Amino acid sequence: MERMPIYLDYSATTPVDPRVAEKMIPYLTEQYGNPASRSHPYGWTAEKAVENAREEVAKLVNADPREIVWTSGATESNNLAIKGAANFYSEKGKHIITVATEHKAVIDPVRDLERLGFSATFLEPEANGLVDIEKFKAAIRPDTVLASVMFVNNEIGVIQDIEAIGHLCREHGVIFHVDAAQATGKVDIDLEKLPVDLMSFSAHKTYGPKGIGALYVRRKPRIRIEAQMHGGGHERGMRSGTLAPHQIVGMGEAFRIAREEMHAENERVRMLNHRLLAGLTSIEESYVNGDLDHRVPHNLNISFNYVEGESLIMAIKGIAVSSGSACTSASLEPSYVLRALGRSDELAHSSIRFSIGRFTTEADVDYTIQLLKDKIDKLRELSPLWEMFQDGVDISKVEWAEH
Amino acid sequence: MRRLLVAKVYFDHNSTTALKPKVLDAMMPLLTSQHGNPASQHCFGRRAHEAIEQARRQVAAAVGAQASQIIFTASGTEANNFAITGIASNLAPAQILTSRIEHPCVTKPAMAMARRGWQANQVAVNAKCELDLQDLQTKLATPTHLVSVMLANNETGSIQEIKAVTALVGKQAYVHTDAVQALGKIAIDFNALGVHAMTISSHKIGGPLGAGALVLNKRIDIQPLLHGGGQEKGLRSGTENIAAIVGFGAACELATQELADFAQHTAALRTALEVGLSQLNAVIFAQQTVRLPNTSFFAFENINGETLVTALDQLGFAVASGSACSSASGEPSHVLLAMGVEADLAGAAIRVSFNRDNTLEQVHAFLHALKQALQKLRQMTAVAA
Amino acid sequence: MAYSDKVLDHYENPRNVGSLDKNDPNVGTGMVGAPACGDVMKLMIKVNDAGLIEDAKFKTYGCGSAIASSSLVTEWLKGKTIDEAYAIKNSAIAEELALPPVKIHCSVLAEDAIKAAVADIKAKQAGKEAA
Repeated sequence: MERMPIYLDYSATTPVDPRVAEKMIPYLTEQYGNPASRSHPYGWTAEKAVENAREEVAKLVNADPREIVWTSGATESNNLAIKGAANFYSEKGKHIITVATEHKAVIDPVRDLERLGFSATFLEPEANGLVDIEKFKAAIRPDTVLASVMFVNNEIGVIQDIEAIGHLCREHGVIFHVDAAQATGKVDIDLEKLPVDLMSFSAHKTYGPKGIGALYVRRKPRIRIEAQMHGGGHERGMRSGTLAPHQIVGMGEAFRIAREEMHAENERVRMLNHRLLAGLTSIEESYVNGDLDHRVPHNLNISFNYVEGESLIMAIKGIAVSSGSACTSASLEPSYVLRALGRSDELAHSSIRFSIGRFTTEADVDYTIQLLKDKIDKLRELSPLWEMFQDGVDISKVEWAEH
Repeated sequence: MRRLLVAKVYFDHNSTTALKPKVLDAMMPLLTSQHGNPASQHCFGRRAHEAIEQARRQVAAAVGAQASQIIFTASGTEANNFAITGIASNLAPAQILTSRIEHPCVTKPAMAMARRGWQANQVAVNAKCELDLQDLQTKLATPTHLVSVMLANNETGSIQEIKAVTALVGKQAYVHTDAVQALGKIAIDFNALGVHAMTISSHKIGGPLGAGALVLNKRIDIQPLLHGGGQEKGLRSGTENIAAIVGFGAACELATQELADFAQHTAALRTALEVGLSQLNAVIFAQQTVRLPNTSFFAFENINGETLVTALDQLGFAVASGSACSSASGEPSHVLLAMGVEADLAGAAIRVSFNRDNTLEQVHAFLHALKQALQKLRQMTAVAA
Repeated sequence: MAYSDKVLDHYENPRNVGSLDKNDPNVGTGMVGAPACGDVMKLMIKVNDAGLIEDAKFKTYGCGSAIASSSLVTEWLKGKTIDEAYAIKNSAIAEELALPPVKIHCSVLAEDAIKAAVADIKAKQAGKEAA
């Protein structure tokens, strides 16, 4: 029997909190019912639970429950926000601004819109992963209709200055969408204050179930979007499709727990992160990717030079982490996020994302540090690049026979 | 409250049906201890990936398709939107035909394609809720690139002759069928139907809400509805809802095993129901049509459907008025209107749909309650008049 | 990605890791790949006077399959003539290690490394004869 490794991949997906699972299960068994069936109490019970959950989601981000639209996840939220707003307001203009380090679920819908006649600017972030506000301002054109910037980056954990970017968008009449899939429960979000028009959420990155997410759609000033999924007219016509009460209830409970516990939890995670950071950066030729100050404590992305990421992941089977070079399944490309930061291909290939969370312990962190030290030693023994580095060869000057 | 709920008799299985205990068992590990993201390379991710592939094989087997033809979605609604919008987006605009009895999640995306130069039209049905093949043939004289006709109607239960549709359409258009209501109630053979795409859904067959699928003929070229991480061969991005998908797979396997028994059992209940309904002078819609075995759609002259549903609810029976999705709107059933039923009578319609757990005793008790409710409502109407 | 048992074995216990004296006239070195592509292989072979490969060492920067491919060829090379070595095909390496399609390039790299090492030794020997 395969012993399960220590899970340090919370940015890929979080375990479902047992309290969340406990809340969900009754809706899978006894309280079934289609929330759109108004004619009998099965439907009523489900509807009430759905509305309670909507309130919980709204509360975490200080929004009105009527501003929350359920979706099947952040990917759908991002698609709905970007395509829905761009199409609805396309009379105003057909230019979109986003950032090269956004999640594929933002990049690809923007690319799809380009195919349909929109134009897009993919801003390059600074070397620390942050968007330069001046550069953002310079990218705004008279025909800019929509901007999309993620709150917290999934690979390097950096936090963008959403408030400043939002104010710029307001000044120029640009609809502003924010992918907050990695932000909920990690940073404070107050949508009464933040000048954001649309915001995407995911449950399964915040200890809720997979297959459920939400889109915040501002009411004042009112933002409108064109539905991408048509049918029974659920969610005030913005998103049709039968809702899954057990999943919605799960998201509500996950967001309630996040609201109540995030400050204490983040302190604990910050301590663990410091310990991990100190341990791993004591390894020679290690480089942290992304800004260290504007960053969620849950993420640590480090490149270990002269060691290839995938082989390192294989070597550290005792822990479950993601490699920058292989985060999208079979692809052999180095992470496009790290390349956008200007990291060399070698360093991008050598990166590991450690993401920690609610169930990570100090012992997990200590084990991880020791494991990394041992295995990196072993792999560097094997590495011709390490040998050259030790011999004082400047690897960037070598002419490689690429094939 | 909970005791009251358990005591109720549920006759609205076409709307949604309870999760089967064996399905819940299959899902439990994924809801609690196992959690990986299938895109991850570590063993958490690999296990999640394997679980999805196992479910894909189970779903494929239930409809006579190959696992590689199954694209998982979050619902039947999404699969229908994906089929209509996704197939049409890769074709030159022309006529897009649906039928007058389709679910809105087929007709609305079809109408939305008007923005891209398509012309959406609807094929008529006859008084028995059967597709008018003559009308289809006439409409096909206009250049047509996509046709969508449901396999079984959710309200009357009428089963459409999809093979005849694909034969008539021939090579001029792609054909999609919404088989959401048919799955688990009648045998489905994707290849024999000759369609290019078919929608199915988990929660109508004792699986969880949150999973559906589009079965795709491999030759078809389709645009994704959701763009992003490239899951489902790039055709449906978004982290997979593994627990729901695994539940869908288990429910498909069970449904296949139980199909014959389901049909026999629910047909017997319906026969008993309809004998009783006739004695109460109900109008039973599509009774002489080849129907799903578990579905009965009927009305009483001069009795409002909503009122009757509420009265039956108070007596402990959950039934539907029209389809669940539109029951909030108060409009008479578009299916009955398409069949040529008068608006008054259509507004009176109620639907009973059984599953394997319903019993003959429940049917008899229901008929008794119905008689009571009718008497009371007729008295009230008489007083009002 | 699921690795075969043979890949895992070579990866966990790589054979013949290390370097030979590159200035030795009987040692040929092949270095192929590029850091930007995510793999670099260095293969060294030592040929005795009878023309047989008596030792082979490698160092590899790359994924598990790349490490296993290079480890495997060092085993295969020992005792072979340089012409026999030159004839080793990547398909044989891929088959022996049951490499999945996305990892076939690792076996190609190993074949290239052999060819580069053989070319190096031949060049050295030609230089020796000329001298």
